[in-house]
Amino acid sequence: MAVVSNKVGEKNWVRRLWVAFFLGPHLIGMLAFLVIPILASLVLSFAEWDLLTPARWLGLDNYTALLSDPNFWDALKHTFYFIAGYLPLVLVLGLGLALLMNQKLRGRLIFRVAFFLPVVSAWVAVALLWKWLLNPRYGLVNWLLSLVGIEGPGWIFDPNWAMPSIILASVWKDLGFVMMILLAGLQAISPEYYEAASLDGAAGWRMLRNITIPLLSPTIFFVVVISLVNSFQVFDQVYVMTAGGPAGSSQVLVGEIVNNAFRYSRFGYASAMSWVLFALIFIVTLVQLWLQRRTVHYQ
Amino acid sequence: MQAENHGRRMAFTTPRNQASSLASSLKIGRTVLVYLALIAAALFAVFPFLWMLSTSLKAAGEVTTTSPVLLPANPTLANYATIADAFPVWRILFNSLLVAVAITLAQLLFSAMAAFAFARIPFRGSGLLFVIYLATLMIPSQVTITPLFILMTGLGWVNTYQGLILPGAFSAFGVFLLRQSFLSFPKEYEEAANLDGATYWTVFLRLVLPVSGPALATLTVLSFMSAWNSFLWPLFVTRDADIMTLPVALATLQGRWTTQWNLVMAGAVLAVLPIITLYLSAQRYFVQGLTSGGLKG
Repeated sequence: MAVVSNKVGEKNWVRRLWVAFFLGPHLIGMLAFLVIPILASLVLSFAEWDLLTPARWLGLDNYTALLSDPNFWDALKHTFYFIAGYLPLVLVLGLGLALLMNQKLRGRLIFRVAFFLPVVSAWVAVALLWKWLLNPRYGLVNWLLSLVGIEGPGWIFDPNWAMPSIILASVWKDLGFVMMILLAGLQAISPEYYEAASLDGAAGWRMLRNITIPLLSPTIFFVVVISLVNSFQVFDQVYVMTAGGPAGSSQVLVGEIVNNAFRYSRFGYASAMSWVLFALIFIVTLVQLWLQRRTVHYQ
Repeated sequence: MQAENHGRRMAFTTPRNQASSLASSLKIGRTVLVYLALIAAALFAVFPFLWMLSTSLKAAGEVTTTSPVLLPANPTLANYATIADAFPVWRILFNSLLVAVAITLAQLLFSAMAAFAFARIPFRGSGLLFVIYLATLMIPSQVTITPLFILMTGLGWVNTYQGLILPGAFSAFGVFLLRQSFLSFPKEYEEAANLDGATYWTVFLRLVLPVSGPALATLTVLSFMSAWNSFLWPLFVTRDADIMTLPVALATLQGRWTTQWNLVMAGAVLAVLPIITLYLSAQRYFVQGLTSGGLKG
């Protein structure tokens, strides 16, 4: 009676068939398009292959070559430059906006919709838009600056301003996203904490520093991890806005990987570089987990 | 005595009135400041889009001027027509839609089935396999892009829909997200269904899926948005305009009309209009999905 469907009396091979049925399609897809490519990339990173001539085993040569490749070091430096400019800006502005939004206001929905427009838009479109806004001669930004008597820089055409241009566009695009996550965190803080603190006479800046920020720290931590992991992989906006230029002044790690793989057909070298990128993300995440255990407060 | 009384009344009432009126005007002032700051921030977010739209409706002469005009004197759709002449616009829109819908459906179906196996069917190695699934989330997509490209070249899938769709159709993220939701499904219902002779498939389709609406909506929004906006992979797996998705076509368009910003902005409008429309009609799911998923497009 009911041997097939009742789990207690269910036959093992029947259950295995069901597992195969439910998990099989996804597992095959994961193997073909994710797991095997990951392993292949690891193997490839120890070899040289341009798809035309037979692959050659190089051992660690790709990795040692990286160490003396000025393009790699430049790309690494520019990636860190991007992070150093982007992360603090997007966090501070995002927190400011979230604090403004975290009160009883009319029209909060409208503001939320507005802040989220850049988040849902494609990077290519946003990058082109900012390239136009920052156009040195006809762009809106330099025109606005000229109204207050400032002669705007050459932005993406100036090696010193190319990366700040990319940072500006990136902060603009991600601000709403960071704000929404922090706002969700703020709304999860129990009002009792604020009541207790205001009885102790805390207000304004002291309340923010001693109550809000510590209680928000798990959320802030979450935002920092996500933003950092994404920042290491910065590419779309760089490719469209500057293509790494002028004179390589804004080339980032992923741009360098892409160049090596698809422009120079150095697939092994590109793979090695992508594993260095993975190692960087991995190390930074571990450091953050360690920091989190020491500094983050939970309610 | 009277004076003293009067004095006491003064002491009790007037300062309090003053204080409360001061407090309320401070409060009003504060609210006004909050609104001003929010309006400024909202303008900062929205105005560039309006500038994009305005530029796309301008004639060339109005664009290359050192004192920008806010609104075009004679709004024209000529830029859009020029793009439609040079690019198979409808075909490209169709490509984007097909790829994004196919990836989303595949993500939903296969992730949901796999998540069901992880959440509701006990099997040996389930825990280990799930840990391996989670581990793949740590690997940045750039690691796999080189071998994937080689694989696509070998299969002859460069410039094909399957080359665009399949590498994006499977991710551990969807399984992770849905498994969380499926785990919360009460065991008792399932046992009752089992006694009625229901198979796993019936439990999955009739019991678990219908109550997992929010998680499925989240995954739908995230998959669709990231597929629609995806750039790096489509850039390398497509060659011809007939197979390109919108972002890739837009990057190509920029190369062709480097300085004709009215044309480039018309292209940008075409790329953002569909997703913004979708966002406005389902904005609650977008916000929920993006904040709970913590992933960007």
